[in-house]
Amino acid sequence: MERLRKYGFVLGFLAVPVTLYVVFVISPYIQAFQLSLTSWNGYQANPAFVGFENFTRLFNDEVFWNALRTHGIVLLVMPLVVLALALVFAFLLNLGGGSRGAGMRGVWGSTFYKVVFFAPQVLAVAIVGVLWKAIYRPDESGVINGAVMKLGGEPIGWMSDPNLALWSLIAVMVWQAVGFYVVLFSAGMSAIPKDYFEAAALDGAGRFTLFFRITLPLLRDTIQVGWVYLGIAAFDCFALVQVLTLDAGGPDGATTVLPVEIFKTAFSYSKVGYASAMGVALFFLTITFAVLTLRVTRREKIEM
Amino acid sequence: MSHPGEITRRQLLRRIGLTAFVAGPGVGLLSACATGGTTAAPSASAPASSAGTDPKNPFGVDAKKGLEVVIFTGGFKDDYAKLVHEAMYTKSFAGVSIKHTGTQNVGTMLRPRFLAGDAPDVVNNSGPEAMDVAALAAEGHVADLGPLWDAPALDDPGKKVRDTVTPAAIEEGKLNGKDMTLNYVVSHRGLWYNSKLFEKEGWTLPQTLDEFKALGDKAKAKGIHLFAYPGQKGPYYMLWNMLYQAAKIGGNQAIIDIDNLVDNAWKSEAFKASVTAWHEIFTKYSDKSYLGLDHTQTQIKHLQDKFLFYPTGSWLEGEMAKDKPDTFEYALAPFPTVTANDTMPYGAIQVGTGEVFFATAKGKNPQGALEYLRIMLSKEGAKGFVEQTKSLTIVNGSAEGVDLPPGLASANKVQTAAGQSLITSARFEGWYKELFDYAWAQQNILMGGRMTVDEFLDKVQKKADDIKADSSIAKQTRNA
Repeated sequence: MERLRKYGFVLGFLAVPVTLYVVFVISPYIQAFQLSLTSWNGYQANPAFVGFENFTRLFNDEVFWNALRTHGIVLLVMPLVVLALALVFAFLLNLGGGSRGAGMRGVWGSTFYKVVFFAPQVLAVAIVGVLWKAIYRPDESGVINGAVMKLGGEPIGWMSDPNLALWSLIAVMVWQAVGFYVVLFSAGMSAIPKDYFEAAALDGAGRFTLFFRITLPLLRDTIQVGWVYLGIAAFDCFALVQVLTLDAGGPDGATTVLPVEIFKTAFSYSKVGYASAMGVALFFLTITFAVLTLRVTRREKIEM
Repeated sequence: MSHPGEITRRQLLRRIGLTAFVAGPGVGLLSACATGGTTAAPSASAPASSAGTDPKNPFGVDAKKGLEVVIFTGGFKDDYAKLVHEAMYTKSFAGVSIKHTGTQNVGTMLRPRFLAGDAPDVVNNSGPEAMDVAALAAEGHVADLGPLWDAPALDDPGKKVRDTVTPAAIEEGKLNGKDMTLNYVVSHRGLWYNSKLFEKEGWTLPQTLDEFKALGDKAKAKGIHLFAYPGQKGPYYMLWNMLYQAAKIGGNQAIIDIDNLVDNAWKSEAFKASVTAWHEIFTKYSDKSYLGLDHTQTQIKHLQDKFLFYPTGSWLEGEMAKDKPDTFEYALAPFPTVTANDTMPYGAIQVGTGEVFFATAKGKNPQGALEYLRIMLSKEGAKGFVEQTKSLTIVNGSAEGVDLPPGLASANKVQTAAGQSLITSARFEGWYKELFDYAWAQQNILMGGRMTVDEFLDKVQKKADDIKADSSIAKQTRNA
């Protein structure tokens, strides 16, 4: 009886969200898996079943490997840079001022910097894309190139030079993401008891030691979460690539990413079955990444 | 007593079962969602067989049936439909109700409705989300326009509709040899320039490639580039440009062969000569920074007289009307003559049709849909469109008595001068979009200086061969 009451209670809360989740998340996933085994063009009432043909074609598709290369580079570089910058900024903003009176403080003007760092986060990605399009503009009207040309330099093809495009794109992603993680880490740092820092400072630890010996180890869980978030973001990049890059993925496929290719394949080329196969591949890539990250970085929790 | 947080294996299994139970009805509901299940079989009644009996109502429209019209709201907006064509339809069939929808997302909006068997009657299938009409037709969703072309014209029952329009429109509306789409708007594509600037500088239009380059040198002395195209958004304007130039050099067959995926069509002498010429023009008389600009940015620079010639269609004038300074007046120039024995004379111009309408076969009122298209093709309907959009239609004489803006008037003049020397549209853009997108992406590499002309031709030819060999892609052919 008690059991029934307990589950009835739980069920009462869960029924609606679970149903919504199943209908709008799980079932589209299942349908995508199903469609990836067909040659559906988006219009046929009865898609033809083709088995694993889409997947064999995918593994021989230059564009697919190109996209994986892009995701690989973004995955290696972007989270690392974002986390490093965010940690440094968060440390400076919260603890970098050293101990003055009671407790730790940030560097001078830290409240102002907090706003500055967070500003990109409140902008929609599409706006960020348009903004950086103006900054990266290749002629004399570009924010950077205008300055470069005034100083007598050659204009730089930020997005049109295939060796530069991906790095320009990553720079924008970093710029946009850092603010959020500064806030996240700031919250994490304020949860660290002040006595730790005071005790360490009394023992003669400098800011450097404080950061590496106290802040970093105690923020581990937060950093891990940030890593997973950023990794998943690295598998996305849809809006930025769509708005900012040369015809969504160029030049020479230097910024090709899977979500944009899925969109093009399904809706421009009417190959929904093949696009679904790409989606399934992306699903497994993302899941594998998340599981691996959580597994590899797991360890005993520190009780504070 | 078990701990509340502890889950035994049995409980876990039970919970999974529960999820399956909850999921059950949801999945059932949705299994028919994405692909529409098996609703293909029933087909609505075909357009009335009594066609041609009554010139007032050749398709036997039932005035009591409503009509649903979906219009792509791009550069032309949708006032022409609301204020002109739909008004004419309601006038013909008093008391009829028309459901009008204007959208920029034709595909997103209509694809599920076609799958669910709830299609509107008339669709303006244009814009970036235009649907694959060949695929829709394969499912029997698209009405055959044969009866429309053979019906008596609305304002001249002695004539068939077919005889009141530009013949190219009927040809370009064919898919697999069947009349499927009504491509309503005529556009002229060529090189756009500022006639006021040419007047001021005392320049004349260059007729040969050498004259073209000589003008480039003169312009360079004034800090003006000869030519530009946008590499970031709209790079296919350049691909069109090179294809049309190839047709001027080697005749329309150069484009027809490319459309028909004929072996080595991309490596034809005509196309090679065209690419070589434009590669030289771009690398010597333009600037690489254009490769990073989008169409609007490039067009603004055109308005600022930063460069002379810009390759696109006659919608350009309307598109830039708001930003155009008084010192600028659009005019259309034909392609220069590249070789001593070009097939087409100087003055040849590309005339294409666009803004693709179709009538649905399984909608609620297929007869009304055909009648709606017949109204669009009447003199009054076409003239109303021209007045609303400042663009020309395929209906002969639709611009009579309408005050055309200078760019359009210039295009009209060039076409009159061209006579029969008309360059055809490249239709593989719609048939094999993948090939089209690949070709302009490679063209950007070529123009960026990271590839030679021969490498470019090889790569695109290889992609064309791949498309030809891919059995999953439905093939189309054309004769003219």
